[in-house]
Amino acid sequence: MSLSLKIENVWKSYNREPVLKGCTYSFDKGGIYALMGQNGSGKSTLLRICSMIEKPDKGIVSYISAGNVLEQDISLKRKITLVLPTVGVFNDSVYRNVAYGLKIRGIPYKEIRERVCNILELVKLTHKKDQHALTLSSGETQRVGIARALIIKPEMLFLDEPTASVDTANTKIIEDVIPEMKSRGITIILTTHDQLQAKRLADQLLIVKDGKLING
Amino acid sequence: MEFLLISFSKAVSLVLGFDRELLHISLLSLKVSGLALIIATATGLPVAALLGLKKIPFRGLLVSIFNTLMGLPPVVVGLFVYLLLSRSGPLGFLGLLYTPSAMITAQTILSFPIIVSLCHAAIVGVDPVIRQASLTLGATEAQVAAAIIREARYGIMSGIIAGFGRVMAEIGAILIVGGNIAGYTRVMTTTIALETDKGNFELALALGIILLGLSLIINAVLHLVQKKGTIKR
Ligand SMILES: Nc1ncnc2c1ncn2[C@@H]1O[C@H](COP(=O)(O)OP(=O)(O)O)[C@@H](O)[C@H]1O
Ligand SMILES: [Mg+2]
Repeated sequence: MSLSLKIENVWKSYNREPVLKGCTYSFDKGGIYALMGQNGSGKSTLLRICSMIEKPDKGIVSYISAGNVLEQDISLKRKITLVLPTVGVFNDSVYRNVAYGLKIRGIPYKEIRERVCNILELVKLTHKKDQHALTLSSGETQRVGIARALIIKPEMLFLDEPTASVDTANTKIIEDVIPEMKSRGITIILTTHDQLQAKRLADQLLIVKDGKLING
Repeated sequence: MEFLLISFSKAVSLVLGFDRELLHISLLSLKVSGLALIIATATGLPVAALLGLKKIPFRGLLVSIFNTLMGLPPVVVGLFVYLLLSRSGPLGFLGLLYTPSAMITAQTILSFPIIVSLCHAAIVGVDPVIRQASLTLGATEAQVAAAIIREARYGIMSGIIAGFGRVMAEIGAILIVGGNIAGYTRVMTTTIALETDKGNFELALALGIILLGLSLIINAVLHLVQKKGTIKR
């Protein structure tokens, strides 16, 4: 059931400037991985490639389940999600933002309502349900991003700097959600600049340096 | 001065008394411009979405052509549609000249580039992160497009309202192809021109008041829509 991810010799350039120069790694199912590295080292790029919203110039990204490499179709893509560093909430209420992933999957209205309420409780945003998402603070916006991702019950979750522009109270809420997700068997790969946070949360620390992915 | 005041008060009493002719002319105006806008939106919005979301060839050129056509002089559109529909024209056999259909056709042509340009601007103005966000949440290509268009909805509505305001106030095209026939193709702007010419200022002024009122309403709605669309990001 759970997915693992294998990347082999992944290269990516922007405007002929190489960012990733041969990244290779195997992410096992159920683990929490923290990615560190300087600004501009390519962490976000790697997450976009791993989550299949961008293609590598060279190299292989494969998702494996029960020993089989899966086809990269919409059904696989719907088991994986990435919370972008800026989240990108829709010009809509918190409720509608969180419900989005279920709506596009054709889930019945009643079930959507129930699941949105549960998830909002998990990220402690129940009282913001009807507020316009664009008027939220940055900490609340991150939590909407996480709720919007979790509601689709992903098997693999990428979090790009989930606590970068977030105060300690919000960071605590977000950090508390992560072990909860692990207990559900979700594989988590997050980026952070906070070494202590990485050690607190992750089973494995990785560093993106000179376009390569190395053990930290 | 006294004459002006008398005309004005007579005009006001026409408006307040829901004068039949006045009502008929105003409703025809709304009908013609409204239908033109509906047709222009039904055809223009998909074109705008295509130009804004798909990497089609000559995209930049097409966008600048539509931008240029936005400023199309109504009389030129009127002349063009007249030539098409006149008895010796290629579509003359339809017998549409001097009918409301001809007026709707002219105003559709007039508003189409406005709708395309303004809707396109609204769609390409959507933050690229919206596309990425919907992709990460498992949207198909069509669902991504829908998410972007939905995100642009206030800009799209503004474009439609702006187009409506433009054609409602327009006279050049509608006069040439409609012929200003009493009780049939006479609309607000053409009646104002005609009645002023005849020295019948009461009806002209009364229609002017209604047109002004409509334009105020249109602008108020536009303002509301734009305000809803500009919540801090
Ligand atoms: N879409 C893009 N177009 C051009 N350059 C990009 C793009 N995305 C990333 N880059 C460049 O790639 C490098 C790595 O960026 P990023 O992956 O965001 O780094 P990090 O997340 O580690 O800070 C940076 O130099 C950045 O400017
Ligand atoms: Mg980054």
